[in-house]
Amino acid sequence: MIIAVTVFVLGLLVGFEVISKVPATLHTPLMSGANAIHGIVLVGALLIAAQAHDLLGYLLSFAAVAFASMNVVGGYVVTDRMLQMFRSKS
Amino acid sequence: MNTITTVVRYVLLAAAACFVLGLHLMNHPARARRGNQLSAAGMIAAVAGVLVLIAGSGTITTTGWIVAAAAVAVGSTAGLYAARTVQMTAMPQLVSVFNAVGGGAAALLAVSDLTGAGAAGVPARVGVPAALDIVIGAVTFSGSLVAAGKLQGLVPGRPLVFRGARAVNAALGGVFVLAGGWLLARPASVAALVVLTGAALVFGVTMVLPIGGADMPVVISLLNAFTGTAVAMAGFVLDEHSLIVAGALVGASGGILTKLMADAMNRSIPAIILGGFGTGDDVAPAGPGGGAPVRAVTVDDVAMQLAYADRVIVVPGYGLAAAQAQHELAALAETLQEHGVRVDYAIHPVAGRMPGHMNVLLAEAKVPYPQLKEMDQINPDFPQADVALVVGANDVTNPAARRPGNPVSGMPILDVDRAKSVVVIKRSMGHGYAGIDNELYTDPKTGMLFADAKRGLTDLLVAVRAFVG
Repeated sequence: MIIAVTVFVLGLLVGFEVISKVPATLHTPLMSGANAIHGIVLVGALLIAAQAHDLLGYLLSFAAVAFASMNVVGGYVVTDRMLQMFRSKS
Repeated sequence: MNTITTVVRYVLLAAAACFVLGLHLMNHPARARRGNQLSAAGMIAAVAGVLVLIAGSGTITTTGWIVAAAAVAVGSTAGLYAARTVQMTAMPQLVSVFNAVGGGAAALLAVSDLTGAGAAGVPARVGVPAALDIVIGAVTFSGSLVAAGKLQGLVPGRPLVFRGARAVNAALGGVFVLAGGWLLARPASVAALVVLTGAALVFGVTMVLPIGGADMPVVISLLNAFTGTAVAMAGFVLDEHSLIVAGALVGASGGILTKLMADAMNRSIPAIILGGFGTGDDVAPAGPGGGAPVRAVTVDDVAMQLAYADRVIVVPGYGLAAAQAQHELAALAETLQEHGVRVDYAIHPVAGRMPGHMNVLLAEAKVPYPQLKEMDQINPDFPQADVALVVGANDVTNPAARRPGNPVSGMPILDVDRAKSVVVIKRSMGHGYAGIDNELYTDPKTGMLFADAKRGLTDLLVAVRAFVG
């Protein structure tokens, strides 16, 4: 437990440090990119799907995996689409 | 721990490192795309690793594989379609929907874990984060959907305040504590799960409904932070450190952006959440009005002024995006640059419906990012600007913000009034969200070009071309 909390606190500190350096110009792609990162919940959803063995379990894990996949795929693709529009010359 | 598990653990650690490095690379537009790709590569590795782990452990049933594969196919297709087709002006809605599904997935994960726990129950170190995960995840789910609905115009953008809203929210808070305690006492209790999830879903709706459309940049950032926290809680439930790291990163990012947006709007976060201040996208009454006299100018006046300028600073606001006129603006700026005029864009942090939204809209219109200047960077340059061209921005240019005693006092503004001359393209003398007169408009050096942004810029482009051509 203490290890998990340590990881959480250090993660927060690293997050503050790294993200405060992102320029305002990129705040929208930053947010959608961070959005894609919380798509890591897909990993958790798959682990849950692996434990499912009844109808309720299958329904819950289907919804969780579908939501998480939408989050992760959509998040990365739309962030990439935005970032490729940022050009230094016209 | 067998070899496969060990290897997968290291893969997940590497993925977490990729997320951090990816965010780090986002500190410059030239590297940002690579950063996002690195982050995506980490994600693919993490998912692949977990699939290997699941296959190796052998607990998954055939039905489980089919369910997971079908869900991945459905979710990925929906996400891909939305990401490919979304208009850049609708980006805040899309990010809201992704927040919703991310939070929803995190909540479902905890629900699923608890229902699978059986009569033996779970220890508090799992039960407490699970209850928090359900509450935060479900609030984010319904709250983000309402926010997306408001941005899309499906739900009225104006603050929807109903009598007794605070009492309802307080009661829901009580329900969280009671149902959470019940859940900890009897983790397999489906009734407790239903009550807790239901109360959280209702709370998400009652939290966002009273918040006005103009406050959306703060709300989206806050819900983003919530999703991150929910995912981190899911990591505690499953004892998966990669989820904890990723959730913490997103929580930090959402937290920083929430603070920045609230500061830029001169609002405290509690004031926004309590709601009832901001307004929707009201259509201002047509025609000039108000007290002090203003100087109306014609398209030809402005074209001449712009063509003779050495330096022009464009100040775009949400009105520009609402009128879909960013391409016309970019074309005008390019014509001026070909004529030798230096053109920069002054972007206020809340120019748009989410943090940094205006930059994306202008990047889409092929404006090179070195011309997009942040508020602190451009403010010292206004005195050197021959013309400041304001399109669709209002409160963020009001010099009254420097004086105490009015609704915009203390709000960080762009120093447009310090330019040598000012041109404002605006449909009418209508008020901004703060509901007060903009003193910039009555400044003697300000010319008002009364026109719709798209119409006005198109006419201006034609006039400038005729003038310099």
